[in-house]
Amino acid sequence: MHELSLCGSIADIVSRHAEGRTVTVIHVQVGQLRQVVPDTLAFCWEMVSADTALDGSVIEVETVPARMRCRKCGHSDEVGDLPVFACHDCGGIDAEIIAGEEFMVTSLDLAAEPAGETGT
Amino acid sequence: MGRFHRHADGTEHSHDGPDNTDPSTGDHEHGHEGHEHGREGHEHTGDHSGYATGTERVAVLERIFGENDKTAAANRASLAANGVRAVNLMSSPGAGKTTLLRETLARLKGEARIGIVEGDIETSLDADRLAGFGASVALVNTGNGFGGECHLDAPMVGSALPRLPLADLDLVLIENVGNLVCPAEFDVGEDARAMVYAITEGEEKPLKYPVMFRSCQLVVVNKIDLLPHLDFDMDGFLGNLRAVNPGATVIQASARTGEGVDAWCDWLRAQLAVPR
Repeated sequence: MHELSLCGSIADIVSRHAEGRTVTVIHVQVGQLRQVVPDTLAFCWEMVSADTALDGSVIEVETVPARMRCRKCGHSDEVGDLPVFACHDCGGIDAEIIAGEEFMVTSLDLAAEPAGETGT
Repeated sequence: MGRFHRHADGTEHSHDGPDNTDPSTGDHEHGHEGHEHGREGHEHTGDHSGYATGTERVAVLERIFGENDKTAAANRASLAANGVRAVNLMSSPGAGKTTLLRETLARLKGEARIGIVEGDIETSLDADRLAGFGASVALVNTGNGFGGECHLDAPMVGSALPRLPLADLDLVLIENVGNLVCPAEFDVGEDARAMVYAITEGEEKPLKYPVMFRSCQLVVVNKIDLLPHLDFDMDGFLGNLRAVNPGATVIQASARTGEGVDAWCDWLRAQLAVPR
């Protein structure tokens, strides 16, 4: 749903770091608590990157599971598939999220650039 | 892993491997009729293994919401400089945000000077409903040719703030676009987040949209005048809400009958009283 505007932000970041070189793969880390659908992100990326210097590059998503730490007993654990933020150990409900909210461009793969093969 | 994609003519498929891919270039043929890339030199890279050598990887480690959050911080600073508190009000479409705002403006008139940022995909219908209560309304139409953004982001709110007389206001209520997903992701520079939740939406939504429900300090459970007519299980809903957001304040209300609206106004008054 909001993947289209996110792709605009990704394009800005990638362009800045690519410095004119040909990007093949954009590695993106997406936390489980981010509501980003990888397929939709890939589809929107095709639209946003089309006919730009980034045309032909693809986004590869690394999903990061959500983890929480109980403020009461200190137990830390994966949240799991159900969005229940109670401690799996003591049942305490005051837990902090320690992973799963990531949403960042981690790295870019740049094409080797023999002369004359730098895209269009 | 296959890569799902769609083409401009609406065909879609995924690439399941390097079968028809030349690993040295990543070029491949699509075996179906009816589409073309329309541009020479356009390559799809169905299999990335061909890039394992000869490529360079550069670290970026940049947050994708970074730009939005920078603008949100600027919005927050501009609101604070004018002594204004901002509340981001979110809900599904039709949960009753605009009706609650009307009731709020009627009750707080003469007590707090209120500005509204009204997110509406294509129309001024909601802004029109808020006219006549003495509040300043800045409309943000989010339509952009793709059917409209589904949320307000910090730049959109930033563009609306100069159209409000901030120096003469105490409170800005930001009526977000009706949607339980996207608005939760975008900090717009608010001081607090509140949700309006209609009991007609059922008990299970906190579990389906945990990010939204977790992001709010307050949930106004609206339309409780309909309780006798529905099978809504309030305790079940509150249990689900507690599971995802144990700390949320809950106010049961009916914007239509006015029940609970005073409690909501008290919550707003408390926001105004929070020292900076």
